[in-house]
Amino acid sequence: MVDYYENNNANVHRGVHSLSLEATEMYEKSREHVTKFINANDSSEIIFTRGATEAINLTAYAWGLNNLKENDEVLIFLMEHHSNIIPWEITAKLCGFKIKYVNVTSDGILDIKDFENKISSKTKIVCLSHVSNVTGVANDIKSLSKTTHDHGAVLLVDGAQSVPHMPIDVQNLDVDFLAFSGHKMLGPTGIGVLYTKKTLQQKMNPYQGGGEMIKDVTFNSEKQLCNISWNEPPWKFEAGTPNISGIIGLSAAINYLEQIGMNNILAHEQDLTKYAIEKMKSLTKISIYGPTDSSKCGIIPFNINGLSSHEVALLCDSYGITIRSGYHCAQPLHQIFQIPSSARASFYLYNTHEEIDYFLNVLKEVQTL
Amino acid sequence: MPTIAAVDDYIARIEGTCGAESDIIVVLKFDKKDQALEKILKKAVLKSQIAGMIYDLRFEEYSFRVYASGKIIFKGIQNKQTLNRILAELLL
Repeated sequence: MVDYYENNNANVHRGVHSLSLEATEMYEKSREHVTKFINANDSSEIIFTRGATEAINLTAYAWGLNNLKENDEVLIFLMEHHSNIIPWEITAKLCGFKIKYVNVTSDGILDIKDFENKISSKTKIVCLSHVSNVTGVANDIKSLSKTTHDHGAVLLVDGAQSVPHMPIDVQNLDVDFLAFSGHKMLGPTGIGVLYTKKTLQQKMNPYQGGGEMIKDVTFNSEKQLCNISWNEPPWKFEAGTPNISGIIGLSAAINYLEQIGMNNILAHEQDLTKYAIEKMKSLTKISIYGPTDSSKCGIIPFNINGLSSHEVALLCDSYGITIRSGYHCAQPLHQIFQIPSSARASFYLYNTHEEIDYFLNVLKEVQTL
Repeated sequence: MPTIAAVDDYIARIEGTCGAESDIIVVLKFDKKDQALEKILKKAVLKSQIAGMIYDLRFEEYSFRVYASGKIIFKGIQNKQTLNRILAELLL
């Protein structure tokens, strides 16, 4: 990013001067890098956004408004982050489709029977997260993808909590849309990706209008209107000057992750999670939500009896430990757990067993309050 | 001419929390946090503390915790007016 700002700072796909051409090359190389990272078929399937939230909004507006109508149904699981609920609630009001919510068990696992009961020929899209941002539960995307496609629907996967933590192959998983964010994978904030299967892009209208997303804008003086033709994907969905440095930064972050190896990152996090859960279970005042087996990713939601999640987070903060508290933008899942909020410990590649021991010692101290 | 101290002299920000609890987080100004803590400890009842880092306090019927890092968490305060009144009584 520093190199870009110091040596190549110019807009992309705009000028014929050297700086613009250099910036464009860095930008499109980053797109190719993301393509390989998730094993997409073609770089045109990679659309850059502000983050996973905008990626899901883009899907809801660009694909949803063009493909969903009254009597169509959208299936959403109740473990979803609000960013995979609200865009569909908004667009449902615009074009009249129906949202059906699929249950999650009190253990935080998808209720597959409820899914199979609710999916039908009316279902046009199924929306779910690969990994829950509250519990760390990893869903069986390949199996859910098959069921979805068997019913003629498409699958949107929120990969914000999976892409940074495990190897992802969109072709093997057979997902139609995959959204993820740069800031959750050691990249900068304000950059994200929407993977869209190429065959679906022709069924999508532009999400926003502006420069770069159009091929021609010709003014007809007699009719006093502009005739517009769209650019090809992915640029058709990238209106205006993009976050060029963010995209270059995302590619650098991916490079770093690749050097460590996504399988190694996953194994490390699962090892830390198992270690932490075993120790946390021995603390009498602590309740852990969701499954506690080794298949989950590096997230542990919990509460300490007699303390609010915010108190726990502030107490941990006093010892230099950063954890999230509240709903984690997933209020419906907290309703299922019947809790007012939760504290959430999460681990990544840089955490160690020693840090978990320290965290556990702090929890021991905190639960004496 | 001497200035009259105001609650805003000590407080950087007040944040509501997400969750069904009605917790309120008050963030003290960094350069005033020690002074604020001293005033609060004089007026509130100290119930317990951990290593001079966390103070468990009570003022009137309200329980709250003050952290040496400069944050205060109030529980069960239902409205802004009550919070403002309590902060004024503690800090002024």
